[in-house]
Amino acid sequence: MSNAPEDLKYASTHEWIRIEDDGSVTVGISDHAQEALGDIVFVELPRLGTPVAAKQEVAVVESVKAASDIYSPITGEILEINETLMDAPEMVNESPYENAWFFKIKASNTLEFEDLMDSDAYCDHCANE
Amino acid sequence: MGKRTFLYKKHLTASAKIIDFAGWDMPINYGSQIEEHHIVRKSAGVFDVSHMTIVDVSGRDSRNYLQYLLSNDVGKLTDRGQALYSAMLNHDGYILDDLIVYRMSFGFRVVVNCATREKDLRWMIQNTDGFRVSVQEKPKLAILAVNGPDSIQKFCEALAGPIAEEAQKLLNFQGQELDACFIARTGYTGEQGLEVILPEEDAPEFWDKFLKAGIKPAGLGARDTLRLEAGMNLYGQDMDETTSPLSANMDHTIAYTPAEREFIGKPALIAHKALYDAGKAPELKGLVLESRGILRAGQTLITDQGEGIVTSGGFSPTLKHSIALARIPSNSKTCKVDLRGTPTPVRIVKPNFVRFGKKIFE
Repeated sequence: MSNAPEDLKYASTHEWIRIEDDGSVTVGISDHAQEALGDIVFVELPRLGTPVAAKQEVAVVESVKAASDIYSPITGEILEINETLMDAPEMVNESPYENAWFFKIKASNTLEFEDLMDSDAYCDHCANE
Repeated sequence: MGKRTFLYKKHLTASAKIIDFAGWDMPINYGSQIEEHHIVRKSAGVFDVSHMTIVDVSGRDSRNYLQYLLSNDVGKLTDRGQALYSAMLNHDGYILDDLIVYRMSFGFRVVVNCATREKDLRWMIQNTDGFRVSVQEKPKLAILAVNGPDSIQKFCEALAGPIAEEAQKLLNFQGQELDACFIARTGYTGEQGLEVILPEEDAPEFWDKFLKAGIKPAGLGARDTLRLEAGMNLYGQDMDETTSPLSANMDHTIAYTPAEREFIGKPALIAHKALYDAGKAPELKGLVLESRGILRAGQTLITDQGEGIVTSGGFSPTLKHSIALARIPSNSKTCKVDLRGTPTPVRIVKPNFVRFGKKIFE
């Protein structure tokens, strides 16, 4: 079973979010997702300030196997991007929940958090996929 | 559950991620495909390729039979153990499979692809009519491929004794039959190396000895990126029953001489050649994408001469950018690929990117 920390929330499309103390929301992809993708070789990130809608494609991950869209789990605006991923995409494989966060969002509707899964629900979702 | 090689448990012990490959449960990687790729380019890796199909051909007409069956000429194999790469064509001059044939004491040993096993065996047996030959599959043999700049040295450390002594003497594309196994200097990575064909029950012991000598397990994922960098075709992807060898960068594997040799597909192939020489047949070329993004099999290409298609594409771990094999109109000078909606220029090069760890195209 893949690892899904309990302090995060998850989208069915395998992104995770962490609600930070300052209210911003950090987004990355799950351990299950990086495992399924295989070695990641390129990451494309959104521009700062881009308005994004929940379930909208905002980033792309290219692995040795395939190109995959990364969806924003929530609505808001891109506050910060993790540029180190551009030069070190392998971090997504090595540290999906810590060093390899993708971007931070200023959420415009915190009610959307309720639509996301907790760790247990997400693990069930992965097992049934 | 798929078919499993005798090394299946060894793969699990080495933390293999198992995938289905043409009905076989095979290791795609043992953690990181890219790391395994680099190990083969810089040191030595071992691949279990026991899923491949071995067919032994014996009998007094074996040579004549294979000279008729294959588009390359086994008459070139003057000494025992020598290896030859060839296509096996149908009567329309299209590719049924690609294979390696070794000259052996008993006749010849042919190694064909795994996914094409049934049709190949059917075809090989069907075409024995009039030849005094026996065509026999050897499903109980395993194949281990050890590749990389340190592969021969580590192979000899691992096995010592007569196998090591013989292994050191071999030149590229030469093999030697020994009591315990057959070894040959052939491979599919663009690095030097040895392939060992042995009874499957002996394979785990060889595997353990290789690992103990510092040779690292490498999966089918790394094997694919290594062969792509080496510009080697993959059957079913870069060529199949709709492809002439001339449009698959395999003209050099066709033995047009001696002119009196008849082989299956030859008349059709001569017609293909006239078209090809007139620039009217597509070619298999190499593509290089130096910007970000990845070329993938199936992507459409637009060249100054018309449309083409990526047959194999991916990230080159050695070059750190994407490369591809592509079938494009003859004499194409410029080429663009649609990358997720953005037309992106790619460079056309010879279909050969990396040999012995080094970039080899301009």
